Amino acid sequence: MNEVELLNWARGPGLMYATIIMVFGLTLRIFEILSLGRPKELAEIRDSGVRDGWMTILKRSLPEPAHWKLITASYIFHVGLLVVIFFFIPHTQLFRDVFGIFWGGWPNYVIDFFTVLSIAAMLYTLVTRFYDPTRRILSKMSDYFAWVVTFLPLLTGYMAFHRLGMDYTTMLAVHILSVELLMISLPISKLTHAITFSMARYYTGSNNGRKGIHS
Amino acid sequence: MSTSFENGINTLKEVIDAPIAAYFSSCTNCGICAQACIFHTETGDPKYTPIRRVEPMRRIWEQEYTLVGKVKKALGLSKPVTQQDLEDCVELAFESCTTCGRCSMVCPVGNDIVYMIRRMREGLTAAGLAPKSLQEAAVRTLEKGSVMGFPMKTLEAMVKAAEKETGIDINIDKPDVDYLLLLSSAEVMQFNEIIASLAIIFKEAGVTWTFSTLAHEAGNPGMHMGASDIEAQMINRIVQAAEELNIKNVISPECGHAYMAIRWEGPNVIGRPYPFKVFHIIEVLDQLREQGKLKTTGCESERITFHDPCQAARRGGVNQPQRNLLNMVSSNFIEMKDSMACNWCCGGGGGMNTIEKAEPLMAKVFNRKRTQIEELDVTTVVTMCATCRNTLEEGIENNNMNVEVVGLTELVANHLLKEKKS
Repeated sequence: MNEVELLNWARGPGLMYATIIMVFGLTLRIFEILSLGRPKELAEIRDSGVRDGWMTILKRSLPEPAHWKLITASYIFHVGLLVVIFFFIPHTQLFRDVFGIFWGGWPNYVIDFFTVLSIAAMLYTLVTRFYDPTRRILSKMSDYFAWVVTFLPLLTGYMAFHRLGMDYTTMLAVHILSVELLMISLPISKLTHAITFSMARYYTGSNNGRKGIHS
Repeated sequence: MSTSFENGINTLKEVIDAPIAAYFSSCTNCGICAQACIFHTETGDPKYTPIRRVEPMRRIWEQEYTLVGKVKKALGLSKPVTQQDLEDCVELAFESCTTCGRCSMVCPVGNDIVYMIRRMREGLTAAGLAPKSLQEAAVRTLEKGSVMGFPMKTLEAMVKAAEKETGIDINIDKPDVDYLLLLSSAEVMQFNEIIASLAIIFKEAGVTWTFSTLAHEAGNPGMHMGASDIEAQMINRIVQAAEELNIKNVISPECGHAYMAIRWEGPNVIGRPYPFKVFHIIEVLDQLREQGKLKTTGCESERITFHDPCQAARRGGVNQPQRNLLNMVSSNFIEMKDSMACNWCCGGGGGMNTIEKAEPLMAKVFNRKRTQIEELDVTTVVTMCATCRNTLEEGIENNNMNVEVVGLTELVANHLLKEKKS
């Protein structure tokens, strides 16, 4: 398989398989959670808790002052990732081709800025996993795996755009494959939190809301 | 309840529900919960990071309830939870956690970590690993209806003394009254002035109330242990008492965990809704205030602050009534930093105050509360939980602080306007 064939495979069947695995896997994960059920609340509630459930989904995105450096870094790379994924023009063209919706995109220098910022922020979070005693003791292989598969698309995307490393075609193929690795990893790793965080926040928020607590 | 390692593991499998699965699926091991925990902030020891307290349960969840975990288990890639793992967890789930729930307020993915710690305790208790002091307290409560083992006749003596002091008749087992009053052991033993205080308050307000010989205390070590069968037995006594006496309102004492047990967990552990309502005593006093039935006179002018008990405020949702009452009797009430739902725990709750070996750690983590109180330069700390009150008094004494600790009911009673009624 030469680099053109590799790129074609990555863009075609590779992307299709990755999408199927991601969608099927995430659906399964959500089903695994929901199937465990939630005990019925028999105590007299102060409120239905629905509003607090939704509010908690939003409010827990607000930064906590403690641990501000880690929070800032996390913000940067989460926002940066979303910007790069959804506003880099070639990406938006792909979404247009697949979903038929086009929302333009942002200039390359903006995307470049977010990419570098995200890479730096991610490196910071990795360093703290090694040097912060609390984070070191908590960190498992699965945490490092999640970090690697998130970092690779950023790095390879940056390298492909700036024609670094391998030839462009190969680099682009590697970039797309790294994205596919990320997609496949979503349902089988810590990255599932990208979806389940809203469920966790809702459960906590609505449980608290029933008691009249705003969390 | 028979206890064994297998029972512990089976219990842990049973208690994992959709919220817990969502929590474990979402945790990224970021460590932010550590900054919310006094055991972490005051010792700096990373082992006290809240989410670490439930690691055996996380492994069981992964191995039993996720496809990936099942595959890993089949391939021998994951370690089953061992007896040693559970034994190691006792220190983290029981001996260095007050289940205050502050960690649950800061988790970025919204995990209610203490919800999980409480379930973890259920597994450890089913494995026979509950701290001995809690088991003993549970036995005392089951046998005598009192956490500290005071039989009804001890309370009766207190009631007689309060009657003598106030000249008010206090009912025991009187049906069809407005309220059934429950106390905590600490109130019977140390803070029994509350009986006279309430007798006066209720008389002035014109409401009727009674004690019950069937259930005179609301303390529930079954809840701390995570032994829902024991917890349910204690709750059932109260339910039976209220039903037999045909009382529609039950009052939880100034005790955070008792409120949590009787108000929020009770119906769930006995499996049916109550035919009556449950209120924290401070909620009742605030309702009387609102109805104009609680009239006070005079105001404390000295600087006072309030310590919110975790189980009543953050976990139980009683945040405003205490402030309404404080502002009624004080002209100089100063909020503590991080109050209400984000208040810092005193370090004595969750059954920790019964565990002797935890004493040095409790003394150490009191440092946070000490700093908070000292920052405000107050003369008095008011609270509405007997365990908090004990912990505060002990901490204040150990640190040679010149601060008084007062229960809110007592403070209100001190300012009661007694109207002459013909």
